[in-house]
Amino acid sequence: MIVLQVAALAGVAVAGGAVALSADPLRQTLVLAVYGMALTMLFFVFQAPDVALSEIVVSSVGLPVMILLALRKVREQRLEREQQAEEEQR
Amino acid sequence: MNRRVRLSLFAVAAAGLSAVLVIGMRGLPAFGDYHGVYGRVINGIGVTARHATDLVTALNFDIRAFDTLGEEFILFGSVLGIALILRELRGEHERLEPHEADEHTFAGASEALQVFGLALVAILLAVGAYIVVHGQLTPGGGFQGGVILATGPLAVFLAGRYLRMRAIAPHSIVELGDAAGAAGYVLVGIGGLVFTGVFLKNFLPFGIPGHLLSAGQMDIASVAVGVEVAGAFLVAWSEFLDQAIVVRARQD
Amino acid sequence: MSFLPFAVAAWLFVVGLYGIVSTRNLVCAILSLTVVQSATYVLLLGVGYRTGGQAPIFADIPQVSTAVDPTVQVMVLTDIVIEATVTGLLLALAVQAHKRFGSLDPNELRAVRD
Repeated sequence: MIVLQVAALAGVAVAGGAVALSADPLRQTLVLAVYGMALTMLFFVFQAPDVALSEIVVSSVGLPVMILLALRKVREQRLEREQQAEEEQR
Repeated sequence: MNRRVRLSLFAVAAAGLSAVLVIGMRGLPAFGDYHGVYGRVINGIGVTARHATDLVTALNFDIRAFDTLGEEFILFGSVLGIALILRELRGEHERLEPHEADEHTFAGASEALQVFGLALVAILLAVGAYIVVHGQLTPGGGFQGGVILATGPLAVFLAGRYLRMRAIAPHSIVELGDAAGAAGYVLVGIGGLVFTGVFLKNFLPFGIPGHLLSAGQMDIASVAVGVEVAGAFLVAWSEFLDQAIVVRARQD
Repeated sequence: MSFLPFAVAAWLFVVGLYGIVSTRNLVCAILSLTVVQSATYVLLLGVGYRTGGQAPIFADIPQVSTAVDPTVQVMVLTDIVIEATVTGLLLALAVQAHKRFGSLDPNELRAVRD
């Protein structure tokens, strides 16, 4: 049990560092989903199944859907603005 | 201030913060050496006093139900904020014709993805309802089951027919569900006030621990919170979905 | 080894703050805030753990008072779901900021000037 706990803590520390140090928002969303999985394993090893259930449900579906839709909206707006700038130049 | 100045200031501040955090946490008992009295009391008498076998849900919806009321309304308020911020502004309109609802599919959405996605809807709704209702017996409860219930209509979105999600879970119904869940929890509390004189005190018969209809009002409170969380997440996803796909600047 | 969970919580807190301070994109800052929030979850669960304890669910084991503390689990459980919607609120603000200013760079956001 103690080995599992140390391994889970190490995984969480590495994944947390990876999330904070990512540059691109799209890549960071995927790393965030992996970080949620690492946190779920940690909560499970700490004998907290309710918390693990909550974390896996939120971090695999609840949060990435909102982030990806927000990123899509930002990209569409950028394309619209570029199109408008091109039309005005003509 | 430019980036280099900001990062060097942060280095100094982070060193100070880390030192304070480590010194502070050294004062805690060692990991695994648990001294708290409240936890031991709850673990010792929780099942016999509340007739619930999952003590985390018993704390959530019965012993510390007032904290859950506050947390539920934080959820409600932040989703209200999302709906307000992403409202349709003056210079925008909703670009949507009725026949487009069927034609919007992802470029790579194969038949297998669509069939599998549509089959998942019923499974997700059943699993979500199971986890909500069995909250007082096994790990689960309103919060976890509510998010799983919300992913039911989302599976239609993922199957490639994203505007169909607006047909299955229209704005009026999910907003009604959200508000009804929040109001339902307060009504359970008022029931406690009416029948026992204390707000949110358990007033229904306790039953046998381990059976589905046990632990009094925990089941009803769990269902109310599950409906509210499902409604809240669907409102948030629908708002982002509308912004990303439907709302466009007015071209005039 | 008995200090490791608290050390990981402090590390997550500081590295999340570094992610917020050093980014050029508002969405990256919001996601680093998620890391900062999860530092508190690790700390709370580390405080409530008991060596050799079981999960506080007595459906199939007899009731014992040496299970893990359920109170901190209640706090963390509701917190996870609520912070997801608060992050959604911040993302909505970021989307509207991009609509208004044309960029997601925190250095380019100025006061509204009309």
